Amino acid sequence: MNDELAIRARGLSKHFGSLRAVDHLDLDVPKASIYGFLGPNGSGKSTTIRMLCGLLTPTEGSADVLGMRVPEESKKLKPRIGYMTQKFSLFGDMTVVENLEFIAEIYSVAAAKKTARIDELLEKYDLVQQRKQFAGTMSGGQKQRLALACAVLHKPELLLLDEPTSAVDPQSRRDFWANLFRLAEGGTTILVSTHYMDEAERCHKLAILDHGVKVADGSPDELQASTGMNIVEVLASNPYHAQSALHDLPFVASVTQLGIRLRVLVPVGRGDALQLVNRALEENSIRADTRIVRATLEDVFVAVTLKPEQRAA
Amino acid sequence: MKSLSRLMAVTRKEVRQLRRDRLTFAMIFGMPMMQILLFGYAINTDVRNLKTAVADEANTHLSREFIGQLEQTQVTDIRQYVNSASDLEDLLRAGEISIGIAIPPDFDRRVIDANRSAVQILVDGSDPTVLGVANQLRNMPIAFDSNRQKKEQSAIEVRPYYNPERRTPVNIVPGLMGVILTMTMMIFTAVAIVREREHGNLELLINTPVTSAELMIGKILPYIAIGLVQLAVILAIGDILFNVPVRGSVVQLYVAASFFIAANLALGLFVSTMVSTQFQAMQATFFLMMPSILLSGFMFPFDGMPVVAQYIGEVLPITHFIRLTRGIMLREANLGDMPFELIYLGVFSAIAMTAAALRFSKRLD
Repeated sequence: MNDELAIRARGLSKHFGSLRAVDHLDLDVPKASIYGFLGPNGSGKSTTIRMLCGLLTPTEGSADVLGMRVPEESKKLKPRIGYMTQKFSLFGDMTVVENLEFIAEIYSVAAAKKTARIDELLEKYDLVQQRKQFAGTMSGGQKQRLALACAVLHKPELLLLDEPTSAVDPQSRRDFWANLFRLAEGGTTILVSTHYMDEAERCHKLAILDHGVKVADGSPDELQASTGMNIVEVLASNPYHAQSALHDLPFVASVTQLGIRLRVLVPVGRGDALQLVNRALEENSIRADTRIVRATLEDVFVAVTLKPEQRAA
Repeated sequence: MKSLSRLMAVTRKEVRQLRRDRLTFAMIFGMPMMQILLFGYAINTDVRNLKTAVADEANTHLSREFIGQLEQTQVTDIRQYVNSASDLEDLLRAGEISIGIAIPPDFDRRVIDANRSAVQILVDGSDPTVLGVANQLRNMPIAFDSNRQKKEQSAIEVRPYYNPERRTPVNIVPGLMGVILTMTMMIFTAVAIVREREHGNLELLINTPVTSAELMIGKILPYIAIGLVQLAVILAIGDILFNVPVRGSVVQLYVAASFFIAANLALGLFVSTMVSTQFQAMQATFFLMMPSILLSGFMFPFDGMPVVAQYIGEVLPITHFIRLTRGIMLREANLGDMPFELIYLGVFSAIAMTAAALRFSKRLD
């Protein structure tokens, strides 16, 4: 077992009846890094996280988490990991402090240290004002901060976060990520699933999941550099016409509209992408500005989730 | 040690939540009080004051005396007088009376003739209890010579033990303890666990070091205390309002109750692992409540039930608990006189608890 890895999975699979929720997933998560799972709903992100913390038994394959096999050794693993569920799962009819106290007791935090640790967390996660408020009456952002405080209360080495920001506003999301960076700098390994591109971009490394299969992984830069696509940005007065003109061309892998701009993916090796697109637009007498742009994670995501025949285009 | 402190943490949390849930808290005390009042006053197998009509076609001195005696029995409540037996039939069919007394015109002569019955009693026999009571009226003597009315000494003497006044609450209240405890213990625990699953709390909890056993035992401890308090409420009301005695040992009664509470909590936990919403939990517990009320000997004498129903009854913990409570409270029995009942409750709890813990740990898969 590599000491540099917090999680190592090989051929990890989970089938629910005939559905392959996760299909032969290989995963290497380095310690003290933020590792992202990017994928649409139903791509197997939650299932993978649940297998990694021992909640679900894999149908096939194996995983080592912090040097322990799951699910066999998950009991010993539990004190060392923190888990934040997709849905707010603390007790709405208890106050912030009561929730934290309960979690501290569950993790057998020594009574002498308990109060100090809770005060520290209230301070750090900006919940001092809310300490006596019932958790159920708080805003989405406050609930999320409380959930994170509870997940890190026992200072876990590994933090598993299942779509932690799906119910909060953009400002809270930024603050939340600032907290995650702070934790990673302190040595905590963080595995976070998301379907937001901007969040994925902040991860040190990420894996893109689609229908239970890992379709790409690497750092955001690596992924953006290795799409195998040239990306042509088209600024047209009538983007809809431009899209119809380009959509069915043999050399175009995909056309996505972003506001008034179109992003056209042309596989590398089909010739000069810019020229091809310009010629096609001229043939349809559509006036547009075109330029080659750098791939964003969104493009990466579109490129790697294309069907094979589209990718070959 | 760690295990115990986690268990206590779960218990403290549960008590805290329970205290805030005012409705549930009110139900803990309100439910036993309401039910004991309701059942205590409403259930009465010693039927009196049946609605009665009389068709006195004889209208003699003797017939009027007979009607007077009828009224004194308190079994009948004579509402109206009609002219003929066919009028009585009409009233019966309309449901206005349960008993019709038809006194024929030749009543006096029939009284003297030993081979003919003097009076006909028309009964709405659709309720066997009413029919049974009406049959008692047959024992009423009718004769011209008041000396002859004295009943001859019967060859068989019945001596009612333990409840000589034949008051129904004396029999009902010990059984009611079983019904109320079943209701609160089973429903509360089933709902308490399922609520956590519905709210997502469980997914968080099973990711912490807390074990299934700690979680379950920690959650049910407060309810055991609640059950014992409910028992005290029932005993107090039973004593004050219905004068139901506790002839045996109160301590033994509490020992029996502890076993019974454990059995019901375990059953409630087991139910909670079978269902996924609070609504389903309620339905499942009601499904178990019906046989508990009907087949346990609470409502009807156990011996009188068909064999299959008796088998079902024997499986239910409440059947054994009611035998224990009636024994201790009314017959001054000791637990040692009925060892099997207590052992059964213990074994039942152990099995249900094991089944619940086994199913619980496998839940997310």
